[in-house]
Parts: sequence; C-alpha cells; structure tokens
Amino acid sequence: MSDEEKPGKQESLAGNVSRRSFLSQLGVAGVVATTRPLAAAAQQSPAETSPGTPGLPIAGAIPVSLKVNGKQVSVNIDPRTTLLDCLRESLQLTGTKKGCDHGQCGACTVHVNGRRVNSCLSFATMHDGDDITTIEGIGQPGNLHPMQAAFVEHDGYQCGYCTSGQIMSAVALLKEPCGPADADVKELMSGNICRCGAYPNIVAAIQQVRQRA
Amino acid sequence: MDTFKYSRAQDMSQAIQAGAQSPTAQQGAPVRFVAGGTTLLDLMKLNVERPTQVVDINRLPLDKVEKLPNGGLKIGALVRNSDLAHDPTVQSDYAVLSQALLSGASAQLRNMATTGGNLLQRTRCVYFRDTAMACNKREPGSGCSALEGENRTLAILGTSPHCTATNPSDMNVALTALEATIHIQGAKGEREVAIHDFFLLPGNTPHREHVMEPGDLITFVSLPELRPGTKSVYLKLRDRASYEFALSSAAVVAEVADGRFKRVRIALGGVGTKPWRSLEAEKVLEGKKVDPAVFREASNAALRDARPQSENGFKVELTKRCLTHALALATKTA
Repeated sequence: MSDEEKPGKQESLAGNVSRRSFLSQLGVAGVVATTRPLAAAAQQSPAETSPGTPGLPIAGAIPVSLKVNGKQVSVNIDPRTTLLDCLRESLQLTGTKKGCDHGQCGACTVHVNGRRVNSCLSFATMHDGDDITTIEGIGQPGNLHPMQAAFVEHDGYQCGYCTSGQIMSAVALLKEPCGPADADVKELMSGNICRCGAYPNIVAAIQQVRQRA
Repeated sequence: MDTFKYSRAQDMSQAIQAGAQSPTAQQGAPVRFVAGGTTLLDLMKLNVERPTQVVDINRLPLDKVEKLPNGGLKIGALVRNSDLAHDPTVQSDYAVLSQALLSGASAQLRNMATTGGNLLQRTRCVYFRDTAMACNKREPGSGCSALEGENRTLAILGTSPHCTATNPSDMNVALTALEATIHIQGAKGEREVAIHDFFLLPGNTPHREHVMEPGDLITFVSLPELRPGTKSVYLKLRDRASYEFALSSAAVVAEVADGRFKRVRIALGGVGTKPWRSLEAEKVLEGKKVDPAVFREASNAALRDARPQSENGFKVELTKRCLTHALALATKTA
C-alpha cells in the first residue's frame, strides 16, 4: 500500500487525489466504520497487503519475462497468477479491470502479440516471452489513441469500469475482418459488457474511427 | 484455487508422459493440459477442476491448417478458433464450420480457444459448475440436481436418469455433420476416432464424457473432402443475439442433385448430451425431393425420441423449426 493510500491521511481527500486513491480510501473508510475503531486501522497487518507486493518472497514462484507496452519486465509469480492479476498486482498496471474474472464480461481485455484476449482466463506463466499491450500502452493524456479520443467525443461510457476493455477490443477490431454495418460492430463487440448501457455511443465511436481510417 | 505445479511441454512425448501419470483423463484429473485455458481456468476458479499439475502445451507444433493429399483438411489441435473460422479453405469448402465457430463465444475467447480444447469443452449446466450442489458428472453418485431443478437450457436427447447436461460447443456440432476424425497420440501410440464415437452418452457414467485416456493428446482433426455441389449451413438459436450458448442449433451438410437430396448429414446442438448426429433425419431426407414438407418430416424424425424435462419442453418444437429452416437455407439455389 502506498503512502498516499494509507488510511488516516484524511486530509488528502480534500486535496488533489486520483480517482483510484479516492475510491481506495472510501473502501477503507467503509471497513473502518463497520468493523473496528479508527485507531486500529492505522496498524495495517502485512497480511492485508496484496500478494504481488514486490520484495515479498512467494513459495513456489516461477520467473516470467514479458514485454509489456514495449518495456521488458521480469517477475517472480505464483503459477496461479492470471495475466490480469500479474498486470494489476505485480506490475501496478491498474487500467485493465477485473469484472467477472470468468471471461464473461470483457473488462480485462488486453492484446497478446497483437490479438485481443481475456487476460483473466490465462495464466501469466503461459505468456513468457509474449508481447502484451494494455490500455496504458496505446495512448496517454495529451496523446490519446484515436479510439480513446472517439470514446470521449461520443461519450462511450458512463461509470467507466468497462471502458479500458471496450477500447482494447475496439482497437483490435480495426485489424479484424468486420463488415461495414453497425450490426457487424455489435457482433464483434459482444464480448464486452457495459452495464450502464453505453452501447450506441460505443458503436458510434468505433464507426467514426473506422470511417476515418 | 489450489496450488499446482506448472510445466511447459517442449515436445509431444513430454506432454504424453506427464499426462500418463494421471489416473484419469476425465473429470477431476490431477494432470491437465492447458492450451487456450478458457474452460480450464474458469473451472479451476470454481474448484470444479483441481489439478495438481498443469502442463502448458501451447508451444507444441500443432497450429497449422493444411490440405491433405486426398483432398481433405487437417486441422492442428492448437489452431485457434478465430484462425480456423477465417481460414480461406474452411470458409469456402466447410462453411458450416466457419459459421459455427463465429457463432460461439466472443472475439476474445475465439482468439484463445483451440480446436482440441473446444472438442473437450465442458457443459454449462449450473449444477456442474456449483460445488455446493449434487452432480453425477462432477461427483459420481451424488445425484443430479437438474432433474428437479433449473433445466431449461439442458438436453432433451441422449439423457439418462443420472445426467441431462448439454454439450455446449458449436464447433463440435459442425464437426459432427462433417464426419470429422479425431487424431490422438497417447502412451500406447497413435489412433483415430470418428467424432461420432469420440463422445460418450452419460448413461450410468456421466463423468466419462469421451474416449480420452491418461496421456492422450489430441494432435489434429481431419475432415473428408466434400463432393462437388455440397452446401453446408449452421443455424443457431439462443436467448441473446450474440455471445450466448445455443438453446438449439442445426448443422446441415447436403449434396443436392436434380432437386433431390443425394447425400445429407445432420447434427443438432444445444439439445443433446453429446453433439447430436441425427441418422433418423438423414434417413428421411436421402433420395427425397427438396421440399418444405420433407424438411418438416425429417425434423419430426430427429426429435421423435426427445425426452424433455420440466422446463425445456419448448426445445422440441424449437429444434424442429431450427432444423426445418436450416434445411431450407442449405438447399436454396446458389
């Protein structure tokens, strides 16, 4: 847990905080309010830190080398670690989201060697030597991928939780065989669920990028 | 998820040796091969599968689609579903297979799932997937919760008092209508099994789903060459327009000459405890005129032995209509 996410540092709530640290503090505050006095919360036990915390030895861990967003990385991980958990917990690339964790929602979509996959249904060890691209690798603030810009322009989200998966799917779709109609896009995007129902705007964003390409 | 030992097979014999250490290749096998992972990881997270050893076979050289000298097609076990669906020969000569693959799962899952893995895909019966419930397939002798429970999506053909779970695959239905052959390498050498014999009916042993033995590795699937003029179609009916398992589906491979069925193969999906070849429908059609009344007669024959449960009686009529419509699509003049 990073310093800024520690409970008790309540003053940062009023300051300039990221969405992630804000939500994280809300979560901790909720636990504190229901289960124990505030003072006890300051003593976080090591068991509450994430299993992928760098520096902690893991029994039976095996080395894996990945190229993630163009950068070579090596990690020691428990063989049970999915590619999704490896990205989020070991490499702190939290743009990729965990939704259902069973390949049903598409929130975890990343590219492996240029093809979109559900990162929750793959062990990270299976990807030794593979080239992985996540939402962090396709564009940055001020230099958005055209698909990211189109999602912003067309309001292709509401809560935003499925958005990185939607965009990674949409970017991959540009290189796949896909007919010209909205129905063709809907069919190829059916593995990405949006419970806010932003589908018409998502389709509009994708069609704009396809037409301009 | 339980801990397991992970290894990567460098060649076929390494994989076979590792698999041969397992007392079974069926439900609950302690040694599992992983290819796409889309079924195995899902079931491991649910504790339905709890292997102590997982052997990664992804680096084995089984990822090619090749034309056979006799005119057929050889499909490597590790060919991904999306690659197979878009293979030019599959699209032109085996349209039913391409259509079935593209109607299954999502684009992401099709990029992961393999030919061999799809053959061994497990049922979506909710009681099989829930370790708190009785299921003879998961735990032999524990009973079948589906008989008195939620059985709307389950099978009406090939069921037994011990199991009514449906084979969920679309690809398997197309391969059944195409009379595919499964090529297996195992501890005792190589063998070939016709797809019709590869899958087992549940009977008294629903935990035994196919003929795979410890150490067996599916290496490729072969398809016979289809005679000129043969047309094929896959029609899938489901609760959603996309990304949903079949309530009912039909694969038709038909050779028509002079307005009559010369040779026809029929398989049904979403309704059988295994991919369901309908010899009864084929018998009705062969030699008959291409005519809607004949389509309906064949569909009635295909469902004659249907045994619906409390919630899936609708599948009988739905499947008759599905097959009738698929026959119409397959025989439309090109």
